[in-house]
Amino acid sequence: MAVSVDEAVSTGPARGHAPPARRFGGRGRSVLEVVLLTVLAVVMLFPVLWMIETSIKENRDVYAIPAEFFGFKVTMDHFKDVFVAPGGGRSALSVSFLNSAVVAGVSTVLATVLGVPAAWAYSRFSVKAKKDQLFFILSTRFMPPVVIVIPIFLMYRQAGLIDSKLGLILIYAAFNVPFTIWMMKGFVDEVPAEYEDAAMLDGYTRLQAFWKFTLPLLVPGIAATAVFALIFSWNEFVFAIFLTSSDDVRTAPPAIAGLIGGTTTDWGLVAAASVVFALPVLVFAYLVRKHLIAGVTLGAVRR
Amino acid sequence: MAGIEVTALHKRYPDGTVAVDHVDLSIGDGELFVMLGPSGCGKTTTLRAIAGLERQTTGDIHIGETLVNDLPPAERDIAMVFQFYALYPHLKTRDNLAFPLRAEGLPKPEVHERVNEAARLMRLGPLLDRRPRQLSGGEQQRVALARALVRRPRAFLMDEPLTNLDAELRADMRTEIKHLQGELGATMVYVTHDQVEAMSLGHRIAILNKGRVEQIGTPLEVYDRPASLFCAAFIGSPPMNLIEVEVADGKLRSAGGLGLTPPPGLPRDRRLVAGIRPEALEVTAPGAEGSIPARVVSAEWLGDEIIYVVDHDGQRDVRVRMPPTIRFAADAKVGLRHTGGAPAVYDVSTEELVA
Repeated sequence: MAVSVDEAVSTGPARGHAPPARRFGGRGRSVLEVVLLTVLAVVMLFPVLWMIETSIKENRDVYAIPAEFFGFKVTMDHFKDVFVAPGGGRSALSVSFLNSAVVAGVSTVLATVLGVPAAWAYSRFSVKAKKDQLFFILSTRFMPPVVIVIPIFLMYRQAGLIDSKLGLILIYAAFNVPFTIWMMKGFVDEVPAEYEDAAMLDGYTRLQAFWKFTLPLLVPGIAATAVFALIFSWNEFVFAIFLTSSDDVRTAPPAIAGLIGGTTTDWGLVAAASVVFALPVLVFAYLVRKHLIAGVTLGAVRR
Repeated sequence: MAGIEVTALHKRYPDGTVAVDHVDLSIGDGELFVMLGPSGCGKTTTLRAIAGLERQTTGDIHIGETLVNDLPPAERDIAMVFQFYALYPHLKTRDNLAFPLRAEGLPKPEVHERVNEAARLMRLGPLLDRRPRQLSGGEQQRVALARALVRRPRAFLMDEPLTNLDAELRADMRTEIKHLQGELGATMVYVTHDQVEAMSLGHRIAILNKGRVEQIGTPLEVYDRPASLFCAAFIGSPPMNLIEVEVADGKLRSAGGLGLTPPPGLPRDRRLVAGIRPEALEVTAPGAEGSIPARVVSAEWLGDEIIYVVDHDGQRDVRVRMPPTIRFAADAKVGLRHTGGAPAVYDVSTEELVA
């Protein structure tokens, strides 16, 4: 409660007579806040709104000048085109969505299975040069992916991983493991080690103690971390476009980007594909919104 | 029940920190043995090594006749109570108590009987169907104790079990633990940084500092004759006054002229420090017989006693414990004299008790 002593003890008439300047300042400030936030919201949300509108407009409405905000004819044709090929059967886009789901899903599982025990070990055990190791692990995320894409490309060509889902799964897992370790270490730190100590005295081995007592308490943290990893893999573009080429392997981001260009661009299809692409991320982001904020304000998750 | 022998224990972590330098302990069967020391002194690491939760770098640990160095915690047949109670959050009190027994694979009727017995002993009847979250701190700790009891282990290890309780509850639990230990005749190793807990509970106390044992003794021995300057400064509230002294004409005298009874066997030609308990000094009217002039710096009125802080020539902040009826104002000119027997005397260079 932000009540100062003076305010709290002041008697009747004096109450509520805050200095006028401050009262005005308070109201003026909140008006300014609302205005700024509204402007920001419009700027941020307009492209999304436009994408959704475009996805349900007929092609001639898409190109209409002046642009139509309301009163256009709604069509679901573009969404049909996302999933169904012009001559019937599965479209190339739907295959790419499936590829995205497989690549993102498997790489996330891989990163979680590897990262969670590692995080537990870093949290619980005294390891030589632990801080340096953790820093090294984190440092692999310092560079933007595009910096290492050429060496990765050459290595993958030698290893025969170019244009394969396995290749993408491995590189995404490699990117997600450091993230998983760091985020999960924060969660593990918060589960008292005494549970495991007590379980070990009760007759369990260390691994059993981790599995039976610590792990169940970590489930919310694992879920949040996995969703972050999933979103990263789902959204990833740079590696996907450099390391894959065939429609069978391509994930959605390069596939959607591939729709743009050529002589004409079917903007309705691009927009519809983008909406479909964005939906899972929105759903997952909603599920982990609390942790998302914590993750953004870095350090709130880790102690 | 069994005794515990710790021989030349040394624990060094991979990052190079030495938690335990060298510890020898011999804990008797049925003894309540307290390890006391400031944080980082190695007491908890020693306890965890006995439990098997840490592997010592070198040294041996025997529980009873068994060398347990390579045994996992579960096979050492010991129970441990933690500062943070470590009750499984998803289990009711009843199941928390039964858990270690089920893990052992005991038949159901026996589990039931033992749980009830422990619940009766710790008066947990009404709490049996609650989860840890629904229990107060004191109740949780009672459950944790009961959880240790059901095992009927060869020894109990207590890692600062009362630290998280408030003062009143702590005193109650202290009594309870002491009573329980006596009734069961249990071997108990109790780690604490609280000297009051150590003094009131322990049959014997080991004072640890920087991974070494500074002194082992009964509470009275530890109080009366601290084995080192560290122990002298650690035990007692307020602790001993450490006053530089010299021997002259068969008398022991502080630099400020305070006369003390010399203990036998004082070494010559060494710089010496006398450790004088606050209750072995007396604040008197100025000029009283045998007193030296001093000045009251401050007085702490504790109700049942007054702690005077006095300065006298060349010695600052001497603490004196006086009954509440004898009152001097701050800044008053007073006398100071020694009333007890021969004080403990320490060599300044070795920091050890010499007489």
